[in-house]
Amino acid sequence: MAWQWFHQWGSPRWFYQRSGVWLPWLGGAAGLLLAIGLVWGLALAPADFKQGNSYRIIYLHVPASFLALAGYYLMAIAGAIGLVWKIKLAYTAMKCAATIGAALTFVALFTGAVWGKPTWGTYWVWDARITSMLVLLFLYFGVIALYQAFDRVDVANKAAALLALVGTVNVPIIYKSVDWWYTLHQPASLKLTGESTLHASMLQPLLVMVVGFYLFYAAALLLSMRAEVIARESGGGWVKALAAGQGGGQQL
Amino acid sequence: MNSALTRSLRRELLLAARRRGELANPLLFFVMVAALVPLGISPQASVLAELAPGMIWVMALLATLLSLEPLFAEDYRDGTLDQLLLAPAGMVFVILGKMLAHWLVTGLPLTLIAPLLAVLLALPAAGWLPLLLGLLVGTLALSMIGAMGAALTVSLQRSGVLLTLIVMPLYVPVIIFGSAVVQRAIEGFSWLAPLALLGSISLLALALCPLVVVGALRLTASD
Repeated sequence: MAWQWFHQWGSPRWFYQRSGVWLPWLGGAAGLLLAIGLVWGLALAPADFKQGNSYRIIYLHVPASFLALAGYYLMAIAGAIGLVWKIKLAYTAMKCAATIGAALTFVALFTGAVWGKPTWGTYWVWDARITSMLVLLFLYFGVIALYQAFDRVDVANKAAALLALVGTVNVPIIYKSVDWWYTLHQPASLKLTGESTLHASMLQPLLVMVVGFYLFYAAALLLSMRAEVIARESGGGWVKALAAGQGGGQQL
Repeated sequence: MNSALTRSLRRELLLAARRRGELANPLLFFVMVAALVPLGISPQASVLAELAPGMIWVMALLATLLSLEPLFAEDYRDGTLDQLLLAPAGMVFVILGKMLAHWLVTGLPLTLIAPLLAVLLALPAAGWLPLLLGLLVGTLALSMIGAMGAALTVSLQRSGVLLTLIVMPLYVPVIIFGSAVVQRAIEGFSWLAPLALLGSISLLALALCPLVVVGALRLTASD
């Protein structure tokens, strides 16, 4: 009985109904926090002593970087759940997390490059963290490419999940080795973390943005999972009823 | 040693020996790309010497990638793989035998031919032994990790580019430590630490990759 909540996740219809209830709250909270964080961070927080206003891109860059990495683990864990308990919805989560994660990794790299130009005078530096991010983007691309290569969805699910799991073992090794590589080749003039601590007046809006990004990620994941579920179950009765506008008497 | 392992190894080596032409292809690729480097960059020894450690490792990596596609594909197509998957015991060791055979016919020859490339690319003499030892240890990891990609893509028609796409990010640590071994030796530092790290990666890959490969083959090949 205690495990009943767990089995419910096997039902696409149950997921679709529940997520429809959660989504407005999640999306609303995410939008509210992001709005507060953006206004606070971009307009109200003090300018940096050295970097002036250009540091403000941190309010997009840092949350995106956090979620890019966290999203990889979420994708791999979802894949593992799919492999172990054979829950299709977990594979759906994995597939959607791969796309969103790759997009966020790209955002992190892009904002980093935009930030790098005024700060370091160049868009791209082979810094340890930047390089690790780039490899992470390649890992995401690998999972997406492998998924799309298969015609049969069930094989694609399992293969991509396995690759994502292999990637999780590799991510720490890659990060450590890139760190080690960077200490060997470190150019003396550049430093990513000049002043290592942010003043509280800059940190607080950043924390708001991080929480806002997490909520936004959850909302985006649910939204794309719902689209995926509808597309996959398009032959099912409940989807047809939904399309006909009846929805089984429920507001779905 | 496990008899499934030795028998599988023998079979693979015998098959490889009967197709000697294919064996030379990765080596030719290795040497030809090395010939393009001076043409494309500069024939100056000082420039080449600086690039040589990284270039040789990148070329060894590419040569390995090119040789991975047929690793399981042939057995998949003619049904041998399905028979192996039905085998009562020792699937892991049969697969390990295939992977070790792959290293013996690509990684090991690449290592042995590396001194020629060291000469062509004007690698300083201090880097020769570290290059050989590094390639000897590191190409094993390249074969093991690459086999996972080969297994995941075995049922696909055109797996070549996709295979390289999914495997290459996983090769990052190998190439970092591999070229670091040579670079540190040239600069006069101790190169045992990166070599030991490279060795540990290879051992880890040797222990874990066959399990992943068997899992991947069961997933993709059994349908």
